[in-house]
Amino acid sequence: MITKRIIPCLDVDHGRVKKGVNFVDLTDVGDPTEIAAAYEQQGADELVFLDITATKEHRGAMVATIEQVASQVFMPLTVGGGINSVADMQALLRAGADKCALNSAAIRHPELITQGAEKFGRQCIVVAIDVRWEAAKNRYQVVIDGGHTPVDLDAVQWAKEAVQLGAGELLVTSMDKDGTKNGFDLRLYNLLTAVVNVPIIASGGCGAIQDFTDLFQETTVDAGLAASVFHYGELTIPEVKTELKEAGVSVR
Amino acid sequence: MLAVIDYDTGNVRNVKKALDYLNIANTLTSDPVVIAQADGLILPGVGAFQKAMAELEKRHLVQVLQQQAAAGQPMLGICLGMQLLFDRSEEFGDSTGLGLLPGAVVAIPEKVGLKVPHMGWDTNQGKANNRFGQIFDQEATYFVHSFYVQTAAKNIAATVNYGVTIPSVVQQNNVVGMQFHPEKSGQVGLAGLKAFKEMCADAAFSRN
Repeated sequence: MITKRIIPCLDVDHGRVKKGVNFVDLTDVGDPTEIAAAYEQQGADELVFLDITATKEHRGAMVATIEQVASQVFMPLTVGGGINSVADMQALLRAGADKCALNSAAIRHPELITQGAEKFGRQCIVVAIDVRWEAAKNRYQVVIDGGHTPVDLDAVQWAKEAVQLGAGELLVTSMDKDGTKNGFDLRLYNLLTAVVNVPIIASGGCGAIQDFTDLFQETTVDAGLAASVFHYGELTIPEVKTELKEAGVSVR
Repeated sequence: MLAVIDYDTGNVRNVKKALDYLNIANTLTSDPVVIAQADGLILPGVGAFQKAMAELEKRHLVQVLQQQAAAGQPMLGICLGMQLLFDRSEEFGDSTGLGLLPGAVVAIPEKVGLKVPHMGWDTNQGKANNRFGQIFDQEATYFVHSFYVQTAAKNIAATVNYGVTIPSVVQQNNVVGMQFHPEKSGQVGLAGLKAFKEMCADAAFSRN
């Protein structure tokens, strides 16, 4: 059976990893390749690189970063942030990325999902969705532009549409949970897995190993993503995996 | 020198990156002369079976690969490249493959709770009497595919279980296939590529 994936997420700005990473002896705490190699060593199943500059002028920096990482680190690499065209995707995939994550661009230009899936295969196209609970409408709402622009769109409905358009995977971040460290939004993921049949990466809220255990025991998502708990060494991937195994969750 | 067949398919450059990292001399090529002189060939591949065969035909490589395989040159097909080694595929109707290994490529059946494509890290059961089976036994490797091969048990060196038994490594004499991506499977994947390089060196030695 396919194992559940544990995925660290790295914010990259002009070819440098933002936010210190201090879990191992790095000579350069901002070097994406060194950090990626350390995570590979720890047993991470995949890495997500989020381009936080993500402007057209700086696109080249991310391509160069991925080119460099992919020449030293041999595991699946997903890149997101500011991908606006098939040409952007092609450049990143050619540099060694395995998947491209589309977020705001997928809302503004849904045809990009289909064009990417047709050209590179669905497995290359991840649609990233940031969501917030909208109590007035009793639904999860889609928010774009890095959490700044709410969209009048039901996130579960959008997830279904994105898959129909060609998304091979969904990376869904709960903005309500993000940064709280009090667990993943299990209700959200159960709503999503009920309506789509592609792998889902859960993101937002992880603060303890038990949060991963709850995620994989109480939902059928395929992967859990976290950033700060790994970067600051609050959790290590080996200890997360050891506990998951003991809890009966299949991990690598 | 290993020749990585360059025929406009997805992951060619990632295979090259892994070989470079391992200091294994290699070249990306579609030149039959370079291919014939190589110690071994790697046929990568991502995408659709029919289109990949058309790209090989366009470069007049189908016959070249068939001749080289018959001459005993070591050959490694990766992912779609492994599927191309077989007789035929049912992807988009019936397509003819290279016919270097006996068997057919069929769709992974959709079953409740099992998503298709089969994507992610899955654990191999390897055969002890095969060098690749030994390397990958009980090791997880990275898969991305919607079709799988059906072939006689004697050609199978390792499998994964995904509702059906999926051959993850196949070998018949000099022809080897890996359904997963060794170039994306961490250290154990690199060990598999190294083992293929050693197999090529052994073959070169015995030819001389």
